[in-house]
Amino acid sequence: MSTSGTERRSRIPLPMTTSEREQQVLDRIDKARRRRPKVREERITLSHGAGGKATQTLVEAVFLDAFRNPLLEPLEDAAEFTVDGATLALTTDSFVVSPLFFPGGNIGDLAVNGTVNDLAVSGAKPLYLTAGFILEEGFPIEDLQKIVDSMKAAAAAAEVDIVTGDTKVVQRGKADGCYINTAGIGAIATPGRLGIASAKPGDAILVSGAIGDHGITIMLARGELDIEADLESDTASVHGLVAKLLAEVPGVRAMRDATRGGVATILNEIAKAADVAVVVDEKDVPVRTEVRGASELLGIDPLYVACEGRIVVVVDGAQAQDALASMRAHPLGADAAIIGRVADDPPGLVLLNTTFGGTRIVDLLVGDPLPRIC
Amino acid sequence: MRFVDEFRDAEKARALSAKITGLCEPGRQYKFMEVCGGHTHTIYKHGLEDYLPESITLVHGPGCPVCVIPMGRVDDAIHIARQPGVLMTSFGDMMRVPGSGGNFFDSNAEGTNIRMVYSPLDSLKIARQNPDLRVVFMAIGFETTTPSTAMTVLRAAAEGIENFSIFANHVTIIPAIKAILDSPDLRLDGFIGPGHVSTVIGCRPYEFIARDYRKPVVVAGFEPLDILQSIYLLMLQLSEDRSEVENQYSRVVPWDGNMVAIRAINEVMELRPYFEWRGLGFISHSAMAVREKYAQFDAERIFRLPGLRVADPKACQCGEVLKGVLKPWECKVFGTACTPETPIGTCMVSPEGACAAYYNFGRFSRKRVREASRHEHVGN
Amino acid sequence: MCLGIPGEIIEIIEDRPDLAKVAVSGVKRTINIGLLDEDPPKPGDWILIHVGFALSKIDEEEAKAAMDFLESIGKAYEDEMAALLESRIE
Repeated sequence: MSTSGTERRSRIPLPMTTSEREQQVLDRIDKARRRRPKVREERITLSHGAGGKATQTLVEAVFLDAFRNPLLEPLEDAAEFTVDGATLALTTDSFVVSPLFFPGGNIGDLAVNGTVNDLAVSGAKPLYLTAGFILEEGFPIEDLQKIVDSMKAAAAAAEVDIVTGDTKVVQRGKADGCYINTAGIGAIATPGRLGIASAKPGDAILVSGAIGDHGITIMLARGELDIEADLESDTASVHGLVAKLLAEVPGVRAMRDATRGGVATILNEIAKAADVAVVVDEKDVPVRTEVRGASELLGIDPLYVACEGRIVVVVDGAQAQDALASMRAHPLGADAAIIGRVADDPPGLVLLNTTFGGTRIVDLLVGDPLPRIC
Repeated sequence: MRFVDEFRDAEKARALSAKITGLCEPGRQYKFMEVCGGHTHTIYKHGLEDYLPESITLVHGPGCPVCVIPMGRVDDAIHIARQPGVLMTSFGDMMRVPGSGGNFFDSNAEGTNIRMVYSPLDSLKIARQNPDLRVVFMAIGFETTTPSTAMTVLRAAAEGIENFSIFANHVTIIPAIKAILDSPDLRLDGFIGPGHVSTVIGCRPYEFIARDYRKPVVVAGFEPLDILQSIYLLMLQLSEDRSEVENQYSRVVPWDGNMVAIRAINEVMELRPYFEWRGLGFISHSAMAVREKYAQFDAERIFRLPGLRVADPKACQCGEVLKGVLKPWECKVFGTACTPETPIGTCMVSPEGACAAYYNFGRFSRKRVREASRHEHVGN
Repeated sequence: MCLGIPGEIIEIIEDRPDLAKVAVSGVKRTINIGLLDEDPPKPGDWILIHVGFALSKIDEEEAKAAMDFLESIGKAYEDEMAALLESRIE
């Protein structure tokens, strides 16, 4: 046999095995997912407000694309910038929860705590809030008073002042009673300390308490499902818990408050921003029995259900126990738990080790079974 | 949670896994189909395939009632929702199924009022509380769900409710299984039988599979240990050269089914001569319509439907995935043009669809997953 | 869609024997038990719930039998593993 004949034969590609073909498809998907996001719909749908993939795409393709600037790019909970040597954090949130009043609080509590929390997890001491109200014609002033009283109490607890605001009234049939927007400003003592992009393999992931209480409470409070449970919203301002943690544990890399889209959404944001894998152990994730029961009944995964007073913390693995002890010593962190860790592979994905012993992916949801949660 | 947690125990899973592997003949490949979408969901959600030897493949069947609704019927539902004074109600997983002009969410963005409900009874409650609205319930599901719809119609009749109707899209499981068995592209060794459908129809309807096609059938529960045990029982049958129907889910499934449920279905509904299934084509006597006697509760009689047949997009290979001929990742558009946020076909939309289950849960090479999860556990 | 979940009957609704209040991990809901008309469940019974209806009673003896089978497999597995570890071929 001549040598040239052998060479020609060796250039014919060998047939791929099934697993090689499958890997090729998976690689194609990975590439497709990293492509620039585009909004394909012509109109806004409820999915765009769910906090999952559709929201992310909308934010990146429409808002980020139009407003693009270095302060906006990180898409963290608050924007961080310096003015005359002082580093400040600025954030805003709108509240459209239905029903307005629910076990554990009302829209006013959410409006103050939500914005305070966004500042706190950015490492800022919350200082001042704005409060903009959009009220529906016919809305009872007595209800407005209750909401405002709650906001006063929540602001006092968070040690912030509401210093400016706005009121608009729209016709009967719009605004569903009351919508509130709050913006907040705070001071960051140690700039650049926190950011989810700095998560590293070996880091530990903690949550400050049982997940999903708020979302399930709201869903049951709507009364459409005829389900009763002894649950309340976990709405609370976490600034005290955060300050304690930051003071006691130097290795904290990042924090987020788990709202719309739940803990699963935060974990995906971490995996994507830092290009790492996040591996969670299902048995370590704290979930109240009633939240689990209601979730099973409705076929929802508590990992995607909104909280309003829980934080997810990324900390240097060596200090995981310190972080746990620090949180558990604070009333809002009594049920804190280490739920997983950061790994280097597969980058950008969140994996769950199930109680059953298998492993699966926890991806971002497209829509949300629970609209108008916060 | 009782009757749930015990059936998710990892130790017992390892034991079953060892037994299953022990029954594998060297050099032989095994293919079992799980018919039920709920089983597909459990398999991926709990990473069950990690417990099976390489020689056993699970093939995903057409038992996802959302996945088999043709686009034309979705269009018909939206047409109903567009009529004046109509409030359409639907199960959650139906809301994102694409019709030719978009799904229920898109339709709401254009002004319809389509709301999610957990139960057909919730839909009836809405009708009771809103006498000025025409409330329609999008009735989908296999025999698991059909009795509930039927009972709701009977309740509506008993209360004299005049503003409630159903858009009947209930399908039956046996014709779908038969279509699989008669399909020339597929060679299966046995079936993991539907669990909750069997609480209604019992186990007898599957006897023809064991007797005429000589394939073992094990009716299985929905917890991961139920499915593993069912696979073990199937392997045992094969190793002992038996082909029978066995009931692994005996704590819930009565061998003779639920006569009250069957009577309720037959009182309110009757079999259509034929019905189109997405991906499987027209199948005779495979779906239910409302009887003349209950005409006032039949949305198809109240509203004139366009009833147009809409062909699936050319790129869509849902049919082959539904029949188990293709694995999700083998579909040409899987993960690129067809993703959970931009689904082309229904296998990707429903959480029980094989493609959605694979994309959302299993979309990762098992080898890499095992390596990643073996990292040292930090803390605790 | 096949979603069926076990729940415990807490009480039968007065005036409506086709309705019962059930509990699933401390969460309560009223469901229709009309499909179990021929052998109605009582408080304390466990049933399978699907879209607001009870489809079937959970047979506790069958459940126990299923668990016993799984336990026996587990025990046999443990015994075998123990035997494997103990035995050595020198």
